Amino acid sequence: MALAEPSPSGRFGDFGGRYVPETLVPACQELEDAFREAWSDRGFRTELDDLLRDYAGRPSPLTECHRLSEELGLRLLLKREDLNHTGSHKINNVLGQALLARRMGKTRLVAETGAGQHGVATATAAALLGMECVVYMGEVDMGRQALNVFRMRLLGAEVVPASSGSRTLKDAVNEAMRDWVATVESTHYCLGSVMGPHPYPWMVRELHTVIGDEARAQCASLLDGGVPDVVTACVGGGSNAIGIFSGFADTAAELVGVEPAGGAAVGRGVPGVVHGMKSYLMQDEFGQVQEAQSISAGLDYPGVGPEHSHLAAVGRARYEQVTDAQVIAAFQLLSRTEGIIPALEPAHALAWVSRDRAVLTGRTVLLNLSGRGDKDVAQMMEVLG
Amino acid sequence: MSAVVDEGLVVPDAPAEPGALETALRAGRAAGRKLLVPYVTGGYGEEWTEVVRAVADAGADAVEVGIPFSDPVMDGPVIQEASELALRRGATPVSVLDDLRDVDAGVPLAAMTYYNLGFHMGHERFAASLAEAGVAAAILPDLPLEECGPWAVAADAAGVETVLLAAPTAPDARLPRIVRRSRGFVYAVGLLGVTGERDALASSSLVIARRLKAVTDLPVLVGVGVSTPEQAVEVCAEADGVVIGSALVRRLLQGEGPVGAARFVGEVRRGLDALAGPPARKSG
Repeated sequence: MALAEPSPSGRFGDFGGRYVPETLVPACQELEDAFREAWSDRGFRTELDDLLRDYAGRPSPLTECHRLSEELGLRLLLKREDLNHTGSHKINNVLGQALLARRMGKTRLVAETGAGQHGVATATAAALLGMECVVYMGEVDMGRQALNVFRMRLLGAEVVPASSGSRTLKDAVNEAMRDWVATVESTHYCLGSVMGPHPYPWMVRELHTVIGDEARAQCASLLDGGVPDVVTACVGGGSNAIGIFSGFADTAAELVGVEPAGGAAVGRGVPGVVHGMKSYLMQDEFGQVQEAQSISAGLDYPGVGPEHSHLAAVGRARYEQVTDAQVIAAFQLLSRTEGIIPALEPAHALAWVSRDRAVLTGRTVLLNLSGRGDKDVAQMMEVLG
Repeated sequence: MSAVVDEGLVVPDAPAEPGALETALRAGRAAGRKLLVPYVTGGYGEEWTEVVRAVADAGADAVEVGIPFSDPVMDGPVIQEASELALRRGATPVSVLDDLRDVDAGVPLAAMTYYNLGFHMGHERFAASLAEAGVAAAILPDLPLEECGPWAVAADAAGVETVLLAAPTAPDARLPRIVRRSRGFVYAVGLLGVTGERDALASSSLVIARRLKAVTDLPVLVGVGVSTPEQAVEVCAEADGVVIGSALVRRLLQGEGPVGAARFVGEVRRGLDALAGPPARKSG
């Protein structure tokens, strides 16, 4: 294991913890116990691995970008999480949590979603396992991701608008937590990123280490046993980034997370407590949580997973920020040069690679292409005219 | 990497001596009263400090003042709305506490807010601000027992009582640990869910009150889902008192103001007094 286990209270250094209403404390403890038990059970792991292979389509390929590499003057490798069933890395986490929920005797899943990818993945797992599913989604996001709302409903999930506050991902998390407070006996909260109260940041990371493990082996075979110079991924909550970082944390590879400039929790570097965790958090001078502003609904989140705050604080990873305009350019760049339409989220990572190519010249860069761009095409059609 | 204290595991012992809130509530109970603590959203409406005075005059034993937070996960639609409107009016932790400084309610005040506001201000500064504003206690619903240590150290030093919550989901072994650390009273969460009015009292309210009474002589007040004088009376068959939030705040949202707030709190007071009977009764 390349990334460390959290402390007994669920901390990565100074970050993490379990800042939840008292009603949920026993549920978090029960979930931690159940996950520890299941994760060390060969039967559970085999069942999950089989689903990841036969249902989700893992392993995902590693693609070397020949044309784009030439254009940027570096060697770019993509970990193709966009090719998973449901179109993103989110399925890894969701299949694990849904199996765990069933094992715990829960019959209902609730989830929050921003861009809709986690909501679609949760609705998919619920359909597969015959569970009830309710997804909370900010009203603003429901507007800009109407296609995913339709997908979730098609899959049998109920999509409930979060109409308080900024009406985006942070408010969807609040609504999902309020639901869980009321339904904790029958319901599992299928949290979609490496955030929230312990054990979520750790559990969700473990469920995504498959990305890093595969990529490490694929890189070794492509690079004669070597590792890339740089491993990069976009960061909202940070699950796809943690997944790929986990495969390289014990190597010399530089780890670079890329945040939207309008949602730069790590970039601003002020710790706070919300959604069950202590982590870097965008907030005003009084500690009121601020609204993130990003073209990508999936990264429109004012916080970040606690392990990212820790990796930043100790200097093991660094975090760059890119603008919406740079993201739009990267979205087009990958489409045009490689025939791959990326989701707007991983387009952030590419935007950084493209912008800072001068310092990356001649180096091998592994980028986690966490999702595909189908969901963003309608929005981009409006932006690009 | 430096060695890190696992602060989630360090919970200091509670102070031995009760503070102003607990002293008042114990005295009220000893006098045979059932305890009534209404909740008012700080900064909501021009007259909000008048509302605090009015509900105190109408028979509250203490008043809980909400300091609005952007992400109130333990609150339902009514208190969410009042919080959002207060924030839009420009309410901040500083402005709410400033306003309170001039309020002589005649009963203890408890601040109810979310942990980040105190964490962001700094534990010592936040505790000192509460004390300076005449606030006796703090209720932080997203700061459970295991996480309360760093705050509790500062609060204890400043003489601010930290009220902990106890929920129906707690295993038996957990309740004694919660009541040992809680000061002021222990806030019994009446049901599985967030704050808000309910048509009927949840049976879980009576159960959690009974379970807590069995392990502590700290005043046990039930909140969340206690909406009417009748429900308050019903739950006080087991509990020492009630916290009433959404039912009062809804009246404020409907524009009833200090007069309407006092009328409602007065109704609850009379209901509880009728239940408690003459004040000669021995306290629990």
